[in-house]
Amino acid sequence: MKIMVAIKRVIDYAVKIRVKPDKSGVETSNVKMSMNPFCEIALEEALRIKESGRASEVVAVSVGPAQCVDTLRTGLAMGADRAIHVDYPGSLYPLSIAKILKALVEAEKPGLLLLGKQAIDDDCNQTGQMVAGLLKWPQGTFASKVVLDEEKQVATVDREVDGGLETLCLDLPAVITTDLRLNQPRYATLPNIMKAKSKVIKKGHPTGFER
Amino acid sequence: MEKWRLTYRLLKHSSNFDRRLTSGHRYLFGRTFIPFKENFRTLECPSRSYVNGASVSFARVNGNSYAVQHRYLASVASTTQRNPDFSKITSDDISYFKKILGERGVVQDEEKLADANTDWMRKHKGSSKLMLQPRITEEVSQILKYCNSRCLAVVPQGGNTGLVGGSVPVFDEVIINVGSMNNILSFDKVSGILVCEAGCILENLISFLDNQGFIMPLDLGAKGSCQIGGNVSTNAGGLRLIRYGSLHGSVLGLEAVLANGTVLDMLGTLRKDNTGYDLKHLFIGSEGSLGIVTKVSILTPPMLSSVNLAFLACEDYASCQKLLLEAKRKLGEILSAFEFLDVNALNVVLKHLDGLRDPLPSSVHNFYVLIETTGSMESHDKEKLEAFLLQSMNSGIITDGVLAQDINQTSSFWRIREGIPEALMKAGAVYKYDLSVPPEKMYELVEEMRARLGSAANVVAYGHLGDGNLHLNISAPQYTDGLLSKIEPFVYEWTSKHRGSISAEHGLGLMKADKIHYSKSPETVLLMAAIKKLLDPNRILNPYKVLPPSILSQS
Repeated sequence: MKIMVAIKRVIDYAVKIRVKPDKSGVETSNVKMSMNPFCEIALEEALRIKESGRASEVVAVSVGPAQCVDTLRTGLAMGADRAIHVDYPGSLYPLSIAKILKALVEAEKPGLLLLGKQAIDDDCNQTGQMVAGLLKWPQGTFASKVVLDEEKQVATVDREVDGGLETLCLDLPAVITTDLRLNQPRYATLPNIMKAKSKVIKKGHPTGFER
Repeated sequence: MEKWRLTYRLLKHSSNFDRRLTSGHRYLFGRTFIPFKENFRTLECPSRSYVNGASVSFARVNGNSYAVQHRYLASVASTTQRNPDFSKITSDDISYFKKILGERGVVQDEEKLADANTDWMRKHKGSSKLMLQPRITEEVSQILKYCNSRCLAVVPQGGNTGLVGGSVPVFDEVIINVGSMNNILSFDKVSGILVCEAGCILENLISFLDNQGFIMPLDLGAKGSCQIGGNVSTNAGGLRLIRYGSLHGSVLGLEAVLANGTVLDMLGTLRKDNTGYDLKHLFIGSEGSLGIVTKVSILTPPMLSSVNLAFLACEDYASCQKLLLEAKRKLGEILSAFEFLDVNALNVVLKHLDGLRDPLPSSVHNFYVLIETTGSMESHDKEKLEAFLLQSMNSGIITDGVLAQDINQTSSFWRIREGIPEALMKAGAVYKYDLSVPPEKMYELVEEMRARLGSAANVVAYGHLGDGNLHLNISAPQYTDGLLSKIEPFVYEWTSKHRGSISAEHGLGLMKADKIHYSKSPETVLLMAAIKKLLDPNRILNPYKVLPPSILSQS
């Protein structure tokens, strides 16, 4: 089974955010950018599933400007097998991302799509739900525990909801968005960073996707 | 000797023994125990070299009486007694101070004094009954002038994070705490020159400069509490010395108050000023024994955007050295920190501090090195660093490593290195040594110490490998005299033999007050004593510390 993980490049969580002098937005130039923490957790979960033998390949995808490649390299350094970068320099909103992801899923045909529950720059918490709706796949959001059963092709997801914990059984293929307590992402070790240099990052194009 | 030891033990257990009865006896170190601390330990009572009698005191903490056991850490041949030339505080003195400082500036509250009397390591406890908190230089000047005229000994105090007992009273010296003088006076955005008062906490200065796009040229684990006046007075080193140099270079000027109240305004903000003898250097590193620093003018480097941190593993110490050489050559101008820790240090940290995990859990390594690079171009720095690391891995110098991918990971790796002193404190008793030794010999000392002590103690080594500075810590469940005798004077003699420094950055304080001869020639020490006599003839500033009392009493 192939797992696809969608990751986003955002302003590093520890940076002090400054508003631009013309108040048009937030200062992003010359500011440290990194992988969205929830996306890191999603990628870590995908890697753990692969290491337990239930998946054959982990593909990391990202939509954004050229520098997204750095974030994808981090993903590859953590252990993803290959990456796809959809180059789009402007700002994209959850619905557009969801449509792009839908097209990518139809091309790659993964058995599981993992995303972070929300991005720390916009806090939308919409992309995972929207792409599940577009694909007509079941969704388990705010996952704090994921258990896959390959024979029955079912994922049991514990969700953190307002009232406590809810357990769902989803038929695969499914969309799962990850929450903080799911796992602790691994560090990128040097041997893996070096291996990542030779891994492929395919270029994708946003045209052809419905806007 | 035996008879005396027996008497001491009997006295120790006697509840009627009152410290006030033992006037004129040496009271060097002590430790109080607070009941809610998990490890409620009593100390062995040491008796090795003390011949004039013993003193035991019962401290009153929150109304309960706890036996204060004495632990003599230094093998002092001569006894240190309270200098009889110093006066004792009278109520007239207190009213005078209240007149100058107001009610707020005069602290006699027992709880606050208990904190101010105890050092961070909880090894040294004074018995001062008075703490003064001046808010402007003029007040400091008036206090000192008065104390000099009355021959009242004083201890300048800042953040009280010193590790050699230099910031707390030995007997009943008046504590002059400059913590209330914490204003930032000016900052020049073009030159990066910051002028501030001595009581500014380092971390606050770092945050202030953060907003301006600059950084402090020094960074240490104690930044949350230590004050810049203290940093300057002790010539603090820290993690970035390899890149920005020592405070002797970064401090452009300072304002100090001498023992007789004279205010020396050397608060220049000029990068270059060759007019006469540069006296500020006397005060930098003098540990408060020549004057109290009240203002500091410091050159701050601009903040560079790209910071990378690698946590690496090496098989043996020789590889760590090779790595240092390669790093200096290959990383060149972007190298900003090079720290090392051995596996014992990592284990102590992981065991005693929360929220940290081993960055390289897959296997056990003997040595870990932290390399930080700071530069202005992320892509260039990352490329350089990765090329360097790849080459080091291929040549076998490093066996494994991780590169921090975001600021969160960067701070966790730094926490591992910066948290070692704290973790050691939690682990129990710790004998702390800070030595400058030739880098190629550094670990030899650690191995010899391990061989000497065997299973009696955990020898932990870490330090600023980039500066040739080893922090040798011996961790044991409790302080014992037997252990101390195996460590000292061996460690000092070893260092002296290799022409190293017995105190690389911590200073001499009280702990090493009579050890200077291991690292400095007699002629230089005599000249130091002469300078001390010139600037502080009554010897009221931070007495019993830095220079050997015997030398000072001769001059």
